[in-house]
Amino acid sequence: MEAYISLFVKAVFIENLALSFFLGMCTFIAVSKKISTAMGLGVAVMVVQAITVPANNIVYHALLKEDALSWMGITGVDLSFLALLSCIGMIAALVQILEMILDKFFPALYHALGVFLPLITVNCAILGGSLFMIERDYNFGESVTYGVGSGLGWALAITVMAGVREKLKYSDIPAGLQGLGITFITAGLMSLGFMAFSGIQL
Amino acid sequence: MSAVLLNDETKKVLITPLVNDNPITLQVLGICSALAVTSQMSTSLIMALALTLVTAFSSAAISAIRNHIPSSIRIIVQMTIIASLVIVVDQLLKAFAYDVSKQLSVFVGLIITNCIVMGRAEGYAMKNPPLESFMDGIGNGLGYSLILIIVAFFRETLGSGKLLGIEVFKLTKDGGWYDPNGLMLLPPSAFFIIGLIIWSVRQWKPEQAEKVEFKIMSISHGEGGHH
Repeated sequence: MEAYISLFVKAVFIENLALSFFLGMCTFIAVSKKISTAMGLGVAVMVVQAITVPANNIVYHALLKEDALSWMGITGVDLSFLALLSCIGMIAALVQILEMILDKFFPALYHALGVFLPLITVNCAILGGSLFMIERDYNFGESVTYGVGSGLGWALAITVMAGVREKLKYSDIPAGLQGLGITFITAGLMSLGFMAFSGIQL
Repeated sequence: MSAVLLNDETKKVLITPLVNDNPITLQVLGICSALAVTSQMSTSLIMALALTLVTAFSSAAISAIRNHIPSSIRIIVQMTIIASLVIVVDQLLKAFAYDVSKQLSVFVGLIITNCIVMGRAEGYAMKNPPLESFMDGIGNGLGYSLILIIVAFFRETLGSGKLLGIEVFKLTKDGGWYDPNGLMLLPPSAFFIIGLIIWSVRQWKPEQAEKVEFKIMSISHGEGGHH
């Protein structure tokens, strides 16, 4: 249990996907102008991450890993080079299914999150989460924890960023630094803040 | 062949993405990997090369079959082509440059979701013939590479006093004069350097600057007037 808690804290703060691995930066910069939209996207990422990382974990361990097909009586097959293709396919398919389910059963939620879902397929935080899961060889329990934690960390980062940017638009910024430039420097300062967690050993 | 390569359209798509329409500083695409791999020059060069090749070949391939892709499933088709190319690059790196591939870890795989590749496929290759699309891919790849190389140059020289592993500044711990700036090797410095690059490019080319959303007015009358 303790291992899971420490993995969770690590995924949220110490190895924050947005601020220490720069994943999902394009959407992080583009959709962080208002707190409400940023939060909507953050929640959507968290939900998708919590589903796709464990799903990819199952596929990887049941089909792709070296000798994973032995339950079918086939040995000596290593399909792990297909992991990239299967991960991205899985993500695209799951996002599509999630969109349909939300549309059918939870229309209110669909209206809040719907516009963000297509963006999520090409969000590198989602694919990155699954690839880290493969690289670090997480088991199923760990992959659930990591999926939820890393999604939460990303949501946290983009919400904080949007909060800073809402205040920032009233400041007097030099013309060339306006918009994208100052956003990068702000993200740098936030990332500096998150570096403070990096000394924590759990 | 050279006559084809040098006609106006190909030249334009090759040159404009370098500064005037740079994928990173103006189109805001593909930032993730630009930040993550730049703490060393060697990894940045490999990454830049990999991305340029993937963009060029995926644009050419998608453009070649653009009239046969139904528009409802075009994203999946593009993804599959891009992912297959990335798998090839990943396997090649594992075979011939294993150390670099270990350092780049998941970021080679993340070329799939790099917005530059998808953005060029969707925005250019779907409407233009293969050769132009190939050149457009090369051009945008080079624009990306340029930023990556600049960032890596500052991060590696200032952060460890080396460039491509060759000593540039002699470090104090080896009896030299340069005290390395550890911050340069940490993630935040990449944000700062890209921010500063964007600032300088936009100062040089003012038409790229974004509009001011709120203008602060100076109030000269009344009590709290020192704003």
